[in-house]
Amino acid sequence: MTSQRIDERDNRLLMDRSAPGRIGAKLPPLDVPAQPLPPQSVLRADLPLPELSELDVVRYFTRLSQENFAVDLNFYPLGSCTMKYNPKVNEVTAAMPGFSAIHPMQPAETVQGALELLYQLQGILTEVTGTAGVSLATIAGAHGELAGVLMIRAYHMARNDTKRKVVLIPDSAHGTNPASAAMAGFQVVTIPSDKNGNLDVEVLRKAANNELAGAMITMPSTLGLFDPNIVEICDIIHKAGGLVYGDGANMNALLGRVKLGQVGFDVVHLNLHKTFSTPHGGGGPGAGPVCVSERLLPHLPTPVVEYRLGGKPEYILGRPPKTIGKMAAFHGNFGVLVRAYTFARALGSDGLKQVSGDAVLSANYIQASLRDLYDLSYDRRCMHEVVFSARRQKAQGVKALDVAKRLLDFGIHAPTMYFPLIVEEALMVEPTESESKETLDRFIQVMRQIAQESKDTPQVLREAPHHSPVSRVDETRAARQPDLRWKPKR
Amino acid sequence: MASSPRDLHYSKEHEWVKIEPDGTALIGITFFAQDQLGDVVYVVMPKVGTKVKQFAKLGEVESVKAVSDIFSPIGGEVIAVNDQVTAKPETVNADPYGKAWLVRVKPSNPGETRALLSGEQYDAFLASDAAEKGH
Amino acid sequence: MSFRHQYLPHTDAQRAEMLAKVGVPSEEFLFRDIPEKFRNPKMTLPPALTEMDLVQELRTLASKNVVPGEYASFLGAGASRHFVPSVVGALISRGEFLTPYTPYQPEVSQGTLQATYEFQSLVCLLTGMEVANAGMYEGASSLAESALMACRLANRYTVLMLDTVNPHYREVVRTYTEPQGIRLEVVSADHLSLHEDYACLLVQSPNFFGSLEDLAKLRQETAAKGMLLVVASDLVPLAMLKPPGEFGADIVVGECQPAGINSSFGGPYVGYFTCKEQFIRQMPGRIVGKTVDTQGRTAYVLTLQTREQHIRRERATSNICTSEALIATSMTIYLATMGKQGFRQVAEQCYHKAHYAASKLAAVPGFSLVPSGTGVFFNEFVVRCPLPPAELNRQLLRNRILGGLDVSDQVPNGMLVCVTEVNSKAEIDTFVKAASSAGAHR
Repeated sequence: MTSQRIDERDNRLLMDRSAPGRIGAKLPPLDVPAQPLPPQSVLRADLPLPELSELDVVRYFTRLSQENFAVDLNFYPLGSCTMKYNPKVNEVTAAMPGFSAIHPMQPAETVQGALELLYQLQGILTEVTGTAGVSLATIAGAHGELAGVLMIRAYHMARNDTKRKVVLIPDSAHGTNPASAAMAGFQVVTIPSDKNGNLDVEVLRKAANNELAGAMITMPSTLGLFDPNIVEICDIIHKAGGLVYGDGANMNALLGRVKLGQVGFDVVHLNLHKTFSTPHGGGGPGAGPVCVSERLLPHLPTPVVEYRLGGKPEYILGRPPKTIGKMAAFHGNFGVLVRAYTFARALGSDGLKQVSGDAVLSANYIQASLRDLYDLSYDRRCMHEVVFSARRQKAQGVKALDVAKRLLDFGIHAPTMYFPLIVEEALMVEPTESESKETLDRFIQVMRQIAQESKDTPQVLREAPHHSPVSRVDETRAARQPDLRWKPKR
Repeated sequence: MASSPRDLHYSKEHEWVKIEPDGTALIGITFFAQDQLGDVVYVVMPKVGTKVKQFAKLGEVESVKAVSDIFSPIGGEVIAVNDQVTAKPETVNADPYGKAWLVRVKPSNPGETRALLSGEQYDAFLASDAAEKGH
Repeated sequence: MSFRHQYLPHTDAQRAEMLAKVGVPSEEFLFRDIPEKFRNPKMTLPPALTEMDLVQELRTLASKNVVPGEYASFLGAGASRHFVPSVVGALISRGEFLTPYTPYQPEVSQGTLQATYEFQSLVCLLTGMEVANAGMYEGASSLAESALMACRLANRYTVLMLDTVNPHYREVVRTYTEPQGIRLEVVSADHLSLHEDYACLLVQSPNFFGSLEDLAKLRQETAAKGMLLVVASDLVPLAMLKPPGEFGADIVVGECQPAGINSSFGGPYVGYFTCKEQFIRQMPGRIVGKTVDTQGRTAYVLTLQTREQHIRRERATSNICTSEALIATSMTIYLATMGKQGFRQVAEQCYHKAHYAASKLAAVPGFSLVPSGTGVFFNEFVVRCPLPPAELNRQLLRNRILGGLDVSDQVPNGMLVCVTEVNSKAEIDTFVKAASSAGAHR
């Protein structure tokens, strides 16, 4: 007889933890007379939900949380995601009942404080990007991207310029760029990078014709590099009649250093959950406001907060005259916007400029400290993130994946791997301004040790991580035999 | 790497085609293709009755983190798809030249195989292509 | 000396050491790729505040808002106020839920992954559907994505929508579909004429006006034309009503806000997205699956990722990337806590209180109920007022009541009233009394 092994992690799901009749919450008794019920044909017979006590719930989710890595625990150098510290005061301000309990459809005169905050934030974001206006209505980076390319489309359509079907996107771009352009009905043409990691200007020049709607450019690029030809690039696109879209995912490198609007960008989206410190929440909520130049102002998504003088001065939710429309039911992820505003007010102009300074210095410090052991795909100083290539380690039978997984054993999150796609065995490290030199030095030490291990004990890397709640998971099985929800046992 | 079967014709996109005695053609992907993809988890097949031109898109094969188009090495009409592969995509990894044929096609012009590579030529192509990419 | 701040740990001495290691004389030097003409622009932001002043500043702004809870509120239309047990806030404010990124490293993300699997499971249980994703931005964009998905599945490019769908949702569907050359037609259920060119019918039930649609009939009619049936529904009604899955809906989407999420002036919320299993390859968004680790232990992981933008790029099912994971976890914790009995109690109290309020208001001279759909409503209803609803709302506000939504652009003098378990009988009676006196004084 075999005894059944007890699961060390007590991995039972909510429905398997239920006991019939147990409750976790109750309401006061109904204080109105019971009303006639609708016909039986529209009522549901059973409501299959868990039956747990309050403590059951607390223990279960607390235990789950402990199986997560998080910025609050340790260094999270996940490139392109800007995993900076999420200040606790942001949570306090967003939770104030005057913000967290207000309803999106309240009359404007009852939400003047909320609208004033949004109006102030609009001012801050246009000032940071050097643009003419912004809508805060888009609620994630990719959502902002979609709004951005829709505005480019609306701009050309409004001028009866209907031939413009093509959007140019560098080969280093994040996948959301081509996906957003396609959702807006555009054809995507990829522009290669040159040997220095800049956009290939000659290819761009040839591709910029009268079918060009615009180009989507991430600056600094996903290689962590600022393209010194950016003015010329914007010029080429504009001369062909196209507009320049800026993916602001990497804005943390630019705060107070350059305003993309001044350089020639027509639309820039920001990821407030990156640059403006709002917590990522395990994959959202975010906020992806879109900032635009003068000529796109009429097309901004609805709403935009306006300040009206005359009669009683008041803030209102306005509808731009040629708006692309609404992107979501309400006015954006307000709770996230409160946090971003709190962050901007905590730092001010000098503070935000120091943010980019420290973020860029830290990335270069890591680059300088590891370049003897890990290859650089482009041998030049970086901005806020550094992209290494583990091709030297690959020759020893160890992949970027193994290096990344081994970092987990040291309580450090993995860098972004295999992105950008144009870098072989890419490891993309973004330290952010939040990490102290001591933290960076420990990371450097660990990376040096891993480089040594890849020569001496590669198996240790290939089987890493060794100390996490689970080891490497079988992704093939997950995809071949999808198990996507709890099902009752037969 | 073992040499590719000699009774098949190959495309540079790493598909193979086998002309059967009854004149129909079986199409699959090569050992090299499945090896590059890794564990195959899903195959998107065309519908029976689909007419496809030579080198046009026929379907897709997916691993956990990649999608590859399958281009038809020969033009014709799809007369059967291999449900065994749809049900068990791992067959593509286990037996790419045998059980894992993907579709059976009635060729519109059997002469199109002249535009394809022989087993020897395909092996030579792999050797040169691999050398070029530094694998 | 550099700007000192609690968020910026480098000391000046350390900055100097790091610059030396990098081999540059100053931080300024690191920004040299930026064309000089545009480098170091003047940036004028409001002055920095210490935490003490910052909290005061935000408190001042917050105090300028009228707060539901301090005022009785009868606002719904896609978001509503409900009881949220304390455990929800306590658990999701844990840094381990709040501060990770998307769970790309499953070995150190089992918490978020398993919580998401629970979210998918609960959404399926409530909707009666086969598969759910990890959540969308919010309800309206979920519906928009469902229209795009239906067109891909049906290979037809006209979408039909009932005119009783929330007008905000309708506008978002238009924003998403129009650029792809998809036609959107909006019709009344009374004049429904279906044909084989339509990809799908988009229905909301309970609809914008609070009433149930005849899903059984609509399912039959759409099936006859090879159309997909897409149903949008909030979660709370599903605790009491027969779920859309039981009517054979192909895609069911909606807003989760009423289930454990603050109304927070419109966001962050989370949309749910479900479909029949056979359609899963066309579903947008992230999906979590159950599998095992190298030692055979249960583990969860993001799966079926070839649908997504980071792999399929311009051919992806959607551009969605960062969504609303934390908010989905809020809903999951809420449903786990309220449970089978508690959540049903919420739905039943919403129903009884709304019907009580409706009967009382309808009895006031000059006020009458305006039926829609099947005429059966859940916890929202439209009442025709003897005066413009905006005017009535101003008078209600003086009685510390946020009245219903003014829908006079759709129903003459119509007010959309939402009643939930948090509205006491006393609040409802005050509302009715104030409405009655406002009506009488005209």
